[in-house]
Amino acid sequence: MGKKLLIHNDKVPGIETLEVYRAHGGYASVEKALKTMTPDQVTDEVKKSGLRGRGGAGFPTGLKWSFLAKPEGVARYLVCNADESEPGTFKDRYLMEVIPHALIEGMITSSYALGAKTSYIYIRGEYFYVARIMEKAIAEAYAAGWLGANILGSGFTHDCYVQVGGGAYICGEETALLESLEGKRGNPRIKPPFPAVAGLWGCPTVVNNVETIAAVCPIVNMGGEEYAKIGIGKSTGTKLISASGHINKPGVYEIELGLPVEEFIYSEEYCGGIRNGKKMKAVVAGGSSVPILPTELILKTAKGEPRLMTYESLADGGFVTGTMLGSGGFIVMDEDTSIVKNLFTFTRFYHHESCGQCSPCREGTGWMEKILKKFLNGTANESDVDLLWDIQSKIEGKTICPLGEAAAWPVAAAIRHFKQEFLDVARSKKFVDVSHYNRLYKVNT
Amino acid sequence: MKVTIDGIEIDVPKGTTILQAARLIGPQVAPPAMCYYTKLKTSGGYCRTCIVKVTQGSTANPTPMPKPVASCRTEVMDGMVVENFINKEILEARKGVVEFLLINHPLDCPICDQAGECKLQDLGYENGSAKTRYEFKRREYEMIDIGDKIKLHMTRCILCYRCVKTAEQITDKRLHGVVHRGDASEISTYIEQVIDNDFSGNVIDVCPVGALTDKTFRFKQRVWFTKPVDAHRKCDKCCGKTRVWLKGEEVVRVTARKDQWDEVEEFICNSCRYDHKKTSDWVIEGPSPIHRNSVISQNHYQHLNELKVQVMKQQKALGFMPIDKKP
Repeated sequence: MGKKLLIHNDKVPGIETLEVYRAHGGYASVEKALKTMTPDQVTDEVKKSGLRGRGGAGFPTGLKWSFLAKPEGVARYLVCNADESEPGTFKDRYLMEVIPHALIEGMITSSYALGAKTSYIYIRGEYFYVARIMEKAIAEAYAAGWLGANILGSGFTHDCYVQVGGGAYICGEETALLESLEGKRGNPRIKPPFPAVAGLWGCPTVVNNVETIAAVCPIVNMGGEEYAKIGIGKSTGTKLISASGHINKPGVYEIELGLPVEEFIYSEEYCGGIRNGKKMKAVVAGGSSVPILPTELILKTAKGEPRLMTYESLADGGFVTGTMLGSGGFIVMDEDTSIVKNLFTFTRFYHHESCGQCSPCREGTGWMEKILKKFLNGTANESDVDLLWDIQSKIEGKTICPLGEAAAWPVAAAIRHFKQEFLDVARSKKFVDVSHYNRLYKVNT
Repeated sequence: MKVTIDGIEIDVPKGTTILQAARLIGPQVAPPAMCYYTKLKTSGGYCRTCIVKVTQGSTANPTPMPKPVASCRTEVMDGMVVENFINKEILEARKGVVEFLLINHPLDCPICDQAGECKLQDLGYENGSAKTRYEFKRREYEMIDIGDKIKLHMTRCILCYRCVKTAEQITDKRLHGVVHRGDASEISTYIEQVIDNDFSGNVIDVCPVGALTDKTFRFKQRVWFTKPVDAHRKCDKCCGKTRVWLKGEEVVRVTARKDQWDEVEEFICNSCRYDHKKTSDWVIEGPSPIHRNSVISQNHYQHLNELKVQVMKQQKALGFMPIDKKP
């Protein structure tokens, strides 16, 4: 049984109320931080813990916090990115829905460390019911004096607001989120300046994922060094994984980083193996935008070592034979899955969600979707595979924000690892059941 | 600050962007720019045609930048080394960007008023491929009237945002923005509301393609049959310095003066643009400088006699006979 730090209390009845949450050790980190620590000490603990951003990029949180510009007389903001829209990812929703106070506790502690008097929780539009849960929890926290003026008599004043977005994937990109929060069209900004220098309303801002902020509480409670002992190497602590797809037990699991992928998929404690006794075909390990990997490569790296659930191990081999931990959206596909159809679904999503600012993403995503549609209709030619490859290579790295890459990577990986399937679909001239394409994939060296 | 672009070094002040530095060196290294406009704040960064490779970030931190950067929005650092036309990857990437810009463009140049002074045409000739790989139906929109003088032909738009920034920055109130998302994005005036102020006509000049055209000039004349002259008049709203496009004695249209990079020197008011269409309204200064590669200069008479003499000399040297003297 792995250690759980974030959702260890999720089965306790009434944990969404302040009373029960407090009885189970809630708000201890706020008490500890405000009464016994200075803001810099809290930041130091987070640095020592080696906590990395849980939203997808995996950037060290302590380092991000230390980049925050602190000019005199200018407000600083903490913004919580709860615009979780990556297909396959639903961990933040679970956390906010079940233990809303864990996020509020993290917001207070983190804001204390950053010196932010105001913080915002930006929730995606489709999670309006989660926003209601959060608002109720915030009202409870205000009533009990955890938010508002002079918290615990420490002189630290903090206000926390919930803002519901309009339901755009692009607003999960931090600068687009800030634009949306300011009431503008959610277009990503051109960096630099980075939000740490000029973010919300031109003020220094830190944008963190829900899980990252919630993880600050156990770090303050147990100490950064103790937290760093969990996990392997630079991947410390625990991570919420949203497991979905053709597995026996889909759901949100908290794992200690360093768990072998094979154990995660097949052990009864986690996913419980592939449903209906089928074989596994491929895995998307970190949300729809990370490269898809066939079974042989997700269980073992190209070097033959077992693959672990860490930032480094999953990225082993680069994009040729590796993938990314990303946001933890773990999608498992069995042998009956058509990669072409799956890729069409992903590409359609990115086409729909492209903001339309820069040309490669605006035009390229739509083009890729149309070509993949041809595959489904049985009108594709073999040359269309090369064309798809060429289009994705011209989108990747040429755009303002990472949505271009997020759209290009799945296409690249699907063609890299499952080219034969695309060619076969193109040759067949009709869309066929592709279960017999479950051929063993050999690493192209 | 010293910056090297395509092997040419130049000293520029702090805060200069790579694109501006490249333009200071000259057209041989300056990347094309479809959305960037010097006069409009926060413009640029959208079209991605001006991407360049930074092979050395600065003297202090010589690591190269991992991705190509938009030169119009990236400020130079001391000791930066930039590759533009000498980098094959960049040329390939730019070709890709041009292809993306063209896949949903109607390519109706034969009936487009912008033809001849269209930035997308130039870009296509320089960086595009001869054949399209796009086989699907192109995007189409209904035409919209923006006021009684401007026609918005959204089908031709490449979403450079220049007109939006113009409407935002030089006109009084913004009624003009972008609606929808992704490749369904659309320049709109919010249910065809009219841009009603004295400087609205400038959106026509900043538009790099034929999406925004002057209704008083639409379908009147191909630009290469007109003769641009710099002219001025006394105007209490704007500077009054304009470019008047003549066909014979007739003033077919009035635009702002544009510089070497096809950017407006000074914005002009609607009164100068639309209401003064007589030669007697204007004090003509002389022929406008038009680049010799431009199709407009084909009809430019300034050096025509000189050119004829030179062509004759060349033909003589090569042993050709003039056509009319052939037996």
